[in-house]
Amino acid sequence: MDYLSTIFQEVYKILFLLIPVLVSVAMIVWLDRRVWAFVQKRQGPNVVGPFGLLQSLADALKYIFKEIIIPASSNKVIFILAPIITMTLALISWAVIPFGVDQVLANINVGILYIFAVSSLGVYGIIMGGWASNSKYPFLGAIRSAAQMVSYEVSIGIIIINVLLCVGSLNLNDIVIAQKNMWFIIPLFPMFVIFFISALAETNRPPFDLPEAEAELVAGYQTEYSGMMYAMFWLGEYANILLMCALGSILFLGGWLSPIDLYPFNILPGALWLVLKILLLFFLFALVKAIVPRYRYDQLMRLGWKIFLPFSLIYVVLTASYLFYFNLLPIN
Amino acid sequence: MIAHAIFFYIFSIIAVISAIMVTVSKNTVHSVFFLILDFISISCLFIMIGAEFLGMIMLIVYVGAVAVLFLFVVMMLNVAQQKNRWFISEDNSGHIPFGLIISTVIFFELIIVIGGWKYKPDLLNPSNLNVLNKISNTHSLGQVLYTEYIHIFQISGMILLISMIGAIVLTFRQREGVKKQSYLKQISRERSDGVTTVNVEIKKGVKIDD
Repeated sequence: MDYLSTIFQEVYKILFLLIPVLVSVAMIVWLDRRVWAFVQKRQGPNVVGPFGLLQSLADALKYIFKEIIIPASSNKVIFILAPIITMTLALISWAVIPFGVDQVLANINVGILYIFAVSSLGVYGIIMGGWASNSKYPFLGAIRSAAQMVSYEVSIGIIIINVLLCVGSLNLNDIVIAQKNMWFIIPLFPMFVIFFISALAETNRPPFDLPEAEAELVAGYQTEYSGMMYAMFWLGEYANILLMCALGSILFLGGWLSPIDLYPFNILPGALWLVLKILLLFFLFALVKAIVPRYRYDQLMRLGWKIFLPFSLIYVVLTASYLFYFNLLPIN
Repeated sequence: MIAHAIFFYIFSIIAVISAIMVTVSKNTVHSVFFLILDFISISCLFIMIGAEFLGMIMLIVYVGAVAVLFLFVVMMLNVAQQKNRWFISEDNSGHIPFGLIISTVIFFELIIVIGGWKYKPDLLNPSNLNVLNKISNTHSLGQVLYTEYIHIFQISGMILLISMIGAIVLTFRQREGVKKQSYLKQISRERSDGVTTVNVEIKKGVKIDD
């Protein structure tokens, strides 16, 4: 009986996290399209529901009722597995995101490594989808995307090392608490900029959306997908974007901490602040999508390997020597 | 404890079965996917014995980077046909003796290691590793890695660096007659370098050198 009640409690907690994440993914798609439209002096989706808020719901309904077409020459098991893996991996990272001091599903010691590991697994959904489609464009898109994600992961890893040097712990809650006096965006501002750009590349957002560059590759690895399977890829992609925004706000913007530690602000729940910071970062993501043209592939690789990687490595050395010289290294 | 045991057996069964499937499955890409499944279940086992840092690093390094490269090679080089040839035709069985030799060596090594564990446990005693429960295992790993074993750690880093440089040297070649973009040149180009005004005489035209 004891086991059962524990299991029920955990399931309840998981649903309490999962359903808001899924709903906010749908809302964030609407926000993305809306911001994109406003930058281009259009209206964007504004018909379904108030301000068009229910547009994503309508889209999802449409996808559910569409027929799923599985190409005859595809590798069927892997073809079906690919969107499921993308979606699952995008959602399980949320388990370690802290929304408050004790409002976290799994407060594990290596939270940041867990997120990093799961996001590095995200490549497989794309490669599997591209390969199993057994068609030219998806395969090219998958290869591009895999190369892109692997190379930008390296610089994200080194940026995370920068933050960890200042914290001295891999626990996400410790990272947030370490920013009580000063958010890491102030001492590590260049790292924040590089993190933001790498996050764009990691989630295949414009200007780095080469895997699905419609002018060259139709729709990249998603070309052969239809109906609900396409929608799952799409949801997974946006859940990943939200996760990257959450990671950025935890690493650099103080997570669930309030911006000013004064009376009216610090009684508000931490989750609200985290959501506001995620929204701010996502707004930047959406703006970048609207105002920047697409990179060429060799430029993308050059940016990742020849500029971001050396720069963030140098910054690791600088941070470490600064902390060492002024005896600020966190030793516990 | 029962839940612990159940999860241990689930992960180890998945690990063993997927390890067998790596060698048995006909399609090479499927083999790589089973290899990835194997890595993942092994890292789950690492986490179960409390080595959460090693488990995560296993996921990041092996699954996130090494296996992706495997997958690339397998997808690009069409290894599938070759694998089929090795298995099906008799004349090309030069690999079987090698495989047998290597597997016997590994088998005896395993016997020695496990036998030593069973009958002489003090041989494997990690005497200078005092694992404290107070600090997380990332901390304890760091404390040993950067003090006791710093030289070995540095040497392995150097080996990796050298192999990386070697790979770059082997693949890097400069070809003649290939136009290369120089960002410095492109950015530092002025209007006066690129645009000239020419008075064209009628019926003569201009000669533009490119």
